[in-house]
Amino acid sequence: MDFSTFLWTSFAAFLTLAIFSFLYKDNPLYKFAEHLFVGVSAGYFVVILFHNGLSPNLLQRLSDGDWYYLWLNSLRPWYIIPGILGILMFSRFSKKWAWVSRYPMAIYIGIAAGVAIPLEMTNRVLRQMVASMTPINWGNFLGSGYLDIASGYSEVIILTGAVSALVYFFFSTPHRGAIGGIAKYGIWILMLGFGATFGFTVMNRISLFANRIQFLWVNWMKNAFNVKGVNPQADTSYMLAFTVVALIFVGYVVWEIMKKFRKAETA
Amino acid sequence: MHKRQLPFILVFIFGAFMAVQYFMPHESSEFIYEFFALDWVPIIGIFALALGIWSLIKVSWDKIKHRRQDWQYSVVLLAGLFTIIFFGFFVKVGEHWEFRFMTSDGLQSYMFRHLFDYIVIPGQATVFSLLAFYIASASYRAFRARNLLATLLLSAALIMMLRFSPIPGLGEYMSKTATWLLNVPNLAAKRAIIIGIGLGMVATAMKVVLGIERGYMGKG
Amino acid sequence: MDMFAKMMALDRRWVFLTLAIVCVVAYGLTFEVPILINDEVQSIYNFIDTLKPGQIVFIAVDYDPSNQAELQPMLYALMEQCFRKDLKVIITALSQNGPGMADQAIRDVSDSVKLDRTYNGVNYPGRTVERGKDYVFLGYKPYPSLIILGMGQNFRIPFPTDYYGTPIDSLPLMKGVINYDQVACVISLAAGNIADMWIADGQGRYNFKLAFGLTGVMGADYYPYLSSKQIFGIMAGQYGAAQYEKLTDNKGMAQDGMRIQLLAHWLIILFIIIGNIGFFASRRKLKEQGK
Repeated sequence: MDFSTFLWTSFAAFLTLAIFSFLYKDNPLYKFAEHLFVGVSAGYFVVILFHNGLSPNLLQRLSDGDWYYLWLNSLRPWYIIPGILGILMFSRFSKKWAWVSRYPMAIYIGIAAGVAIPLEMTNRVLRQMVASMTPINWGNFLGSGYLDIASGYSEVIILTGAVSALVYFFFSTPHRGAIGGIAKYGIWILMLGFGATFGFTVMNRISLFANRIQFLWVNWMKNAFNVKGVNPQADTSYMLAFTVVALIFVGYVVWEIMKKFRKAETA
Repeated sequence: MHKRQLPFILVFIFGAFMAVQYFMPHESSEFIYEFFALDWVPIIGIFALALGIWSLIKVSWDKIKHRRQDWQYSVVLLAGLFTIIFFGFFVKVGEHWEFRFMTSDGLQSYMFRHLFDYIVIPGQATVFSLLAFYIASASYRAFRARNLLATLLLSAALIMMLRFSPIPGLGEYMSKTATWLLNVPNLAAKRAIIIGIGLGMVATAMKVVLGIERGYMGKG
Repeated sequence: MDMFAKMMALDRRWVFLTLAIVCVVAYGLTFEVPILINDEVQSIYNFIDTLKPGQIVFIAVDYDPSNQAELQPMLYALMEQCFRKDLKVIITALSQNGPGMADQAIRDVSDSVKLDRTYNGVNYPGRTVERGKDYVFLGYKPYPSLIILGMGQNFRIPFPTDYYGTPIDSLPLMKGVINYDQVACVISLAAGNIADMWIADGQGRYNFKLAFGLTGVMGADYYPYLSSKQIFGIMAGQYGAAQYEKLTDNKGMAQDGMRIQLLAHWLIILFIIIGNIGFFASRRKLKEQGK
């Protein structure tokens, strides 16, 4: 890692620690870091949207013509139409002309909704239903070994569980009597499903934090302290950058404590 | 008429065409599908996304202009935004900077990549990692085995959380239980939810195409 | 106030601090967490492992930095496996900040494959991978559902050029590659509902082999698609990524972070137990007082 990269990493480490300081309480360091990364990611999106979207899909297709003919002498002049429809979207900013933006929106919404009808129906509803309607493996009902997925009883649980969970979501009949019993079994199954999701969610949240520890430890601190000769070119300047970031946070903590102290004195 | 009725007629025409097209892949319908729906519509959509960026800039600018509370941070936001935009379009060639509009050289420039790698990545990743602390706090305060249903949920979660363990035997045992849990009761529950969501989406899409659902167009 | 009431009224910042300390200490310790391989991860590995050199794997980088912890290790392991086996890779990024994640991974993995390495007992000499020849990075477009449909007709409809602005017809790898029919499989590393679009608009309409790398939150929700054979594999969360790293014998960030996972999980289980003890104790007390 050369020194300029280390400076960048130190800045990233500063942002990371600044955002973590929010856990203690909202403070200027956190607000600075938050606004900076929101601004940069919005700007990043502008650049990507232009270079990956607008430019190749619209401007470059028209750019073989002359712009002063409004690109009408391009080989593919028809691309001017989606361009104009897109520009109409900006009429939203005027109260008087806002209705114009409904036309491009109508086209987009019509197409998105129309595409969804057959595809959602076949690929979510029907294929999932078909997958439930496989013959149950009565020959191997008890399965082999501990909690066998391929066993008949597992298949029975999948079929009955899915049907009863659907019954639980069916509110047109009151959940009483037999329907009530089925719905109750359905909610048990649903709870097991939500429990599995919850267990996975804990893993997800921890991994997000683990990733930051790995970043601070491996990418930043190891280089600053040159632990176990990871970086043979490390010199005092690495330590300097590390110290600056550390000092900012120590300074902040001292400032917070002083403030509390003064408050206690005046009170 | 042109302000309200015509857009809904357009929604119906395009929606119905797209739905029917799926069942009749004829050459002519395929042409409209490829050319119009898949090629043009994303282009129109790009402009809609530009609107969002524009409002972010406008809100921040207003905050600075009227010196509202914490306006200084809006300066930081706009500075970050315009800095990366600058490096996305200007490339250093030899001694001087060149403006690159139609070629995407900016995407490969040193500054553009570094601003993303060392500001956007740590910023976004860290903000989301705060969730780890909130789930820890919630597990301490909120996850109670109040009744049978909550107990079922908690036990399923505990089995999932004990899937990996260096204690000999426990890891394998829990991993097997977790695999069964995922592939049998969880599968049944999620299948019901998927079918429910699928039906819901089809119903909503039909309502939009048929003009029953009109809220998305706004008033006027 | 009795002990349990005090315990429940504890400032949550003490909980935060405990978690932070446990995680940092866990990372400092040196022990291995045993990784047991699940079938749904194994099937992705097996599928890619049996492909012949020159076949194309399509990897969709559909996540932002917020989920890099889980999905970036999968991308690194997958890409390195493909490059080492001389498979061709087509990459798209249909999430807002996805292109930056893919761009970073391409740079890092291209560097990594330059070194000689031994994976699973097979010696792979270092090689250089070339843009346009060994991989194509198509880049970003908004509206994933329409883009996924568009690629099913022809990659050139949504992507006339690649991420770097080169017309894709001038890239050797894209010669004769029209749509998903020329691709051995699509692996979407997804955070959010793009995974649903890959199922409904992609696999459902164009019928290709599809597998997922998912965030932990979404993991459990996609098992029904596995049983209905709409997808052939799932890697879910950091544990899924660690399993894939273990299968490819390429230890990375996911396996490295499992130490933290283990102790943090135990801590959270402990929190749940303490919380419940407090809850039941105070409930019993209330009942007694009520009597």
